[in-house]
Amino acid sequence: MVVLNERRGAAPAAPRRPAASPDRRRSRRRRGWLTPYLFMLPGVALFGVFILFPIVQALQMSLYDWNILRGAASDFIGLDNYVRAFTDDRFWLSLSNSGIYMVLTVPPQIVLGLAVAMLLRSKAPAQPLFRVLFYLPVVTSWVVVSLLFKYLFADQGLVNFALGDVLHITAGDTSWLSGRWTGLLAICALGVWKGVGWSMMIFLAALQGVPQSLEEAASMDGANWWQRFRVVTLPAIWPAMLFVIVMLVIGGFNVFTSVLLMTAGGPGGQTEVLLTYMYQQAFSNLDFGYGSALAVILTVIVFIISAVQLRVFRDRGES
Amino acid sequence: MRTARNRRALTTLRVITLIVGAVVMVTPFVYMLSTSFKPQAYVLQNPPQFIPDPFTLNNYVQAWTTQDFARYAMNSVIVAVVSTAVSILISSMMAYAFARFEFRGRELLFRILLIGLMVPAMMLIIPQFVLAKYFGLLDSLPGLIVFYVAGSLALNTFLLRGFFAALPAELDQAMQVDGANAWTRYWRLAIPLARPALATATIFTFLASWDEFAWALTIINSPGNRTLPIAIQLFQGQNATQWGLVFAASVIAVIPVIVVYLIFQRHFVQGLTSGAVKG
Repeated sequence: MVVLNERRGAAPAAPRRPAASPDRRRSRRRRGWLTPYLFMLPGVALFGVFILFPIVQALQMSLYDWNILRGAASDFIGLDNYVRAFTDDRFWLSLSNSGIYMVLTVPPQIVLGLAVAMLLRSKAPAQPLFRVLFYLPVVTSWVVVSLLFKYLFADQGLVNFALGDVLHITAGDTSWLSGRWTGLLAICALGVWKGVGWSMMIFLAALQGVPQSLEEAASMDGANWWQRFRVVTLPAIWPAMLFVIVMLVIGGFNVFTSVLLMTAGGPGGQTEVLLTYMYQQAFSNLDFGYGSALAVILTVIVFIISAVQLRVFRDRGES
Repeated sequence: MRTARNRRALTTLRVITLIVGAVVMVTPFVYMLSTSFKPQAYVLQNPPQFIPDPFTLNNYVQAWTTQDFARYAMNSVIVAVVSTAVSILISSMMAYAFARFEFRGRELLFRILLIGLMVPAMMLIIPQFVLAKYFGLLDSLPGLIVFYVAGSLALNTFLLRGFFAALPAELDQAMQVDGANAWTRYWRLAIPLARPALATATIFTFLASWDEFAWALTIINSPGNRTLPIAIQLFQGQNATQWGLVFAASVIAVIPVIVVYLIFQRHFVQGLTSGAVKG
């Protein structure tokens, strides 16, 4: 193939600076087709070795009773690891916990993120300050906020104090991190708190594209707040809405650090999610084959969601 | 008259709601800061203290001196800076080739890159561990850097390609007429013009490497190679959690991030709105 720009540049017998020596020019023309590949080479090499190859290898490992020790043989066992997953109660438990995490974190992040964005749009007082404050958790590392929430949800922590001694909603002695549902609730609270700022940012950007004139017209026609929102605002930000939903659902499958640091999957594996279970199988039990099978199952789930995402983007481009 | 008063009431309500929300968002940070100045005996006191009494700097002193924290911070700086620099260089080269050349396999390569964008990092952690073992990269900073660079290539290339493609091609052609070769056009023309996009990519890559936890947890064993997230997490692991120490270390690790965020806010918004960046 001919390089696009080289071809264009060569067509008119353009006056070249004498500085470009004839030697260099000739070698450049000869090497012309090679140029883009040279630009691509370092990236493609790194990407191929450290991302693509592992993708293929994950598939391969999932078919073996993989032995990590050097020299030890790994037995090919076909789909046994997958069969094992589907009959493994702890796999189903962690899958359902991942599902619960998504159900409990995605809608609140969307509703709250959109609500804050609506409140902040069009010259809210101190808008930049609020934006920064709401976005702060997003830029803070997962390790730090996970430990922070573990501390807040400790038996004598701030949450129990606020719920018990201040608001009198509970007795204030909930042992949050030592039960399945309370533990998941604490983990989800962190997920929502950390994620609201992100969806707010996306919605804020999307809301700027809503035609003000349409809203005013609807307002003139006597539409109330909710009608205006439903008929004018929501359709205008719908692509952003779909984007946020898909990203949050994928993000929900990727929850790992917060679970590992807040409950470590405990008590007794009750709060395990897919990734912590996979990690534990691989790096505590050294069962790399089974861990890989779990990773492949997760990847398939995420890919299905991503396919939806790509379709959404295509629709967004057309509309 | 009534509408004016209504509007004012609405604005007040709006601001009050926002303030309540902001308090919920910020309280954990304030409490973390406060705890980092408390002696261990006071960290889980009832009622909780927001203003530490007695006040102590001991946690910071201890984190910084006895725990080899300076070493961990240095490791984090090295890993994040090198990963970011290499990733930006390599992905901007790829992005330039995608945006400015037509060559066999371009579409295919781009599609493959998109796959990399969709596969979450954690899914590859097992085969990557085996690979790192094979290359002798376990328990080393290069082992972190190589995988951080590889992991950030797809997204950065994707972001930068869009920006390069939007630059006027006439500038390229003019330089070419002047006899500039492809590398000069990339380095002297495209890179300086793409500074805003490069800033966005730089910030996101830097923060991702600075905060990365799972891979570092998996391959780093020796204390000398720990990065900040690993070190902070370990403070919590040793017998009774030293919350004051944990949060003193956290504050030290978080401050640079917040400073970067406050300075480069604009680029954060650009990065978010231009594509699939999830913080």
